Amino acid sequence: MMSKLEINSVSKIYGPHPTKIVPYLEEDLTKEEIFQKTGHTVGIRNVSFEVKEGEIFVIMGLSGSGKSTLIRCINMLHEPTDGKVLVDGEDITAYSPRQLKKFRQRKIAMVFQHFGLFNHRTVAENVGYGLEIRKISAKERAEIIHKRIESVGLKGWENKYPDELSGGMQQRVGLARALANDPDILLMDEPFSALDPLIRREMQQELLELQQRLKKTIIFITHDVNEAFKLGNRVAVMKNGEVEQIGSPIEILRKPANTYIEAFVKEIDRSKIFQVRHMMMDPQAVIQLWDDLETAIDKINASGCSELYVVNEEEKIQGILSLDDALHGLEGGKDLRQIIKDDYEKVAKNVYIQNLLEQSIKSFYPLAVVENERLIGVLPQNRILESLV
Amino acid sequence: MYEFPAKLTFHIGSYIDRIVDWLTVHWAGFFGAVKSGLLWVFVHLNDFLTWVPWWYFILVIFLLACQFKSIGSGILYSSFLFLIGMFGLWEATMYTLTIVISSVVITIMIGIPLGIIMASNNRFETFIKPLLDAMQTMPSFVYLIPGIFFFGLGLVPGVLSTIIYALPPIMRLTNLAIRGVPEEVVEAGLSFGPSKWQLLIKVQIPQALPTIMTGVNQTTMMALAMVVVASMVGVEGLGLEVLSALNRIDVAQGFEAGISIVFIAIIMDRLTLAISNRTQSRARKERN
Ligand SMILES: Nc1ncnc2c1ncn2[C@@H]1O[C@H](COP(=O)(O)OP(=O)(O)O)[C@@H](O)[C@H]1O
Ligand SMILES: [Mg+2]
Repeated sequence: MMSKLEINSVSKIYGPHPTKIVPYLEEDLTKEEIFQKTGHTVGIRNVSFEVKEGEIFVIMGLSGSGKSTLIRCINMLHEPTDGKVLVDGEDITAYSPRQLKKFRQRKIAMVFQHFGLFNHRTVAENVGYGLEIRKISAKERAEIIHKRIESVGLKGWENKYPDELSGGMQQRVGLARALANDPDILLMDEPFSALDPLIRREMQQELLELQQRLKKTIIFITHDVNEAFKLGNRVAVMKNGEVEQIGSPIEILRKPANTYIEAFVKEIDRSKIFQVRHMMMDPQAVIQLWDDLETAIDKINASGCSELYVVNEEEKIQGILSLDDALHGLEGGKDLRQIIKDDYEKVAKNVYIQNLLEQSIKSFYPLAVVENERLIGVLPQNRILESLV
Repeated sequence: MYEFPAKLTFHIGSYIDRIVDWLTVHWAGFFGAVKSGLLWVFVHLNDFLTWVPWWYFILVIFLLACQFKSIGSGILYSSFLFLIGMFGLWEATMYTLTIVISSVVITIMIGIPLGIIMASNNRFETFIKPLLDAMQTMPSFVYLIPGIFFFGLGLVPGVLSTIIYALPPIMRLTNLAIRGVPEEVVEAGLSFGPSKWQLLIKVQIPQALPTIMTGVNQTTMMALAMVVVASMVGVEGLGLEVLSALNRIDVAQGFEAGISIVFIAIIMDRLTLAISNRTQSRARKERN
């Protein structure tokens, strides 16, 4: 499948003669050295990545790392000094002014850090701005505005002015305005950074819910690692205008490309990122319901664990058998079915680690990961602890 | 030894004289058109203002002041106007007002577009800015000179020099206002793919309007000041009343005419400010 967006070795240099500086980028010079030598600032340097349709692609980095520069190259608010930006296979850097206008009207929209609202226009007029630009009739405009305002939960505020709204609500207006033209690609430049932590979390949740319905291709910028890993299907980490690593949050957490990223992700709350499926182990050995006790004891000894789960012929979980119980049962001449216990804990594979800490403390045994009652994995307590550090 | 050598002379005046002569002959059509255009605007506006009954005029100012400021201001401004009438200066005041209003309207019609061009064209800005600076440091009566060259004495050179004199602040403030629109707001406007014109009309001008209105207010005050000075080239109105009083050393008449100018200045200043403030804080007002 063709990617929705392809950034192809894009560089952006600020200064009086940017194109003359491009050769310097090939050399082994840092951003500071280039600035001292030439007086030009490197905004971004040789950045490449692809974004798939329907993906939330997060760009993360400290202030000044080039995030805003990069995102503005995607709708040509900043013109790249070098490289190509392909959207649906078309190089937008080669667009004529007319093509560019059409591209911005139809395909792409942007949400800004400080909202970028027009304070001389009401909420409804802000949302309708993009439609006015496209010369949509007043009647059709009113319908779309109504729909968009409702979808971001601002019903009843249509005739207020932006300065009468709280920050969170203002950004909802920004979002509704961006969605009014039904663009394929949504650019979001630190959209929640100016909001209180509580409101921010709420907006993140709503964005995820909105995305479930709308399935846009979203480029999302943040300097907050937790936000990046919560929202991103994939994350690009930037430093000094260059991309240091691209990968899913799990990949980056498991294999940080260098010490910089390691330090970056250190403070992240992993239990919110990792799910059971990331941490569980295959059940190397299980006891079948029809096994006799000797076989069961052999299996337990061979596995190196002190207990094993018992399944039936459909691999559905029946109970758990510990070595002690098995030995006692053997002495008392009992049957496997009589001595297996059912005080184990079951979890689904998509549960976040942070949501099963309580369950894991309650349980004496490794957690059983089940899907349709079938045992698909086990999650020992020590693995849970491992995921947290 | 200490005096400048008398033989070392050079006169630029005669060349300027020749250029002006050439222009008046070869551009006669142009100057004629400017003259009749200005006169047309002026005569009709003056006819209107003198046609309006005096009490009706005072009532309108009173109601405007009540609407945009307070009843107190309304009473104050109406008594100012009433006093002017009792001084016997009503007609002179209407004449002055005519010149001010027509010059301000023309200044705005020229100045705002020029300011917009300045804002969107860096080269034009760097070229025109020193010129505007120079224009603002020159004493106001210097502006009478080019007018006299081409139009002789009277109303037309007066209005023309008023326009030129009042042009810099409105251009400057329009330029500043448009450049001062927050970058993110302009980017937001651009990100939806408008034409330059759409961006200007829908985003830049409305966002810049508060500052532009300050420019309009300044322009009005400068026009009023200039109209008084323009009495030196024979423009009638309150300025001429002051000038003739000066010539006759008539303190009484000079004071009455002078204070009338102050009254008019106060009314115009406060009223234009209040109206522009009100239109800007429309949002806040609607909430209350
Ligand atoms: N318009 C500009 N002119 C000159 N330098 C700029 C401009 N915009 C950004 N820069 C520089 O480019 C670098 C990247 O900035 P930016 O993209 O804003 O970073 P971020 O959004 O990650 O904070 C910084 O060093 C910044 O100073
Ligand atoms: Mg930024």
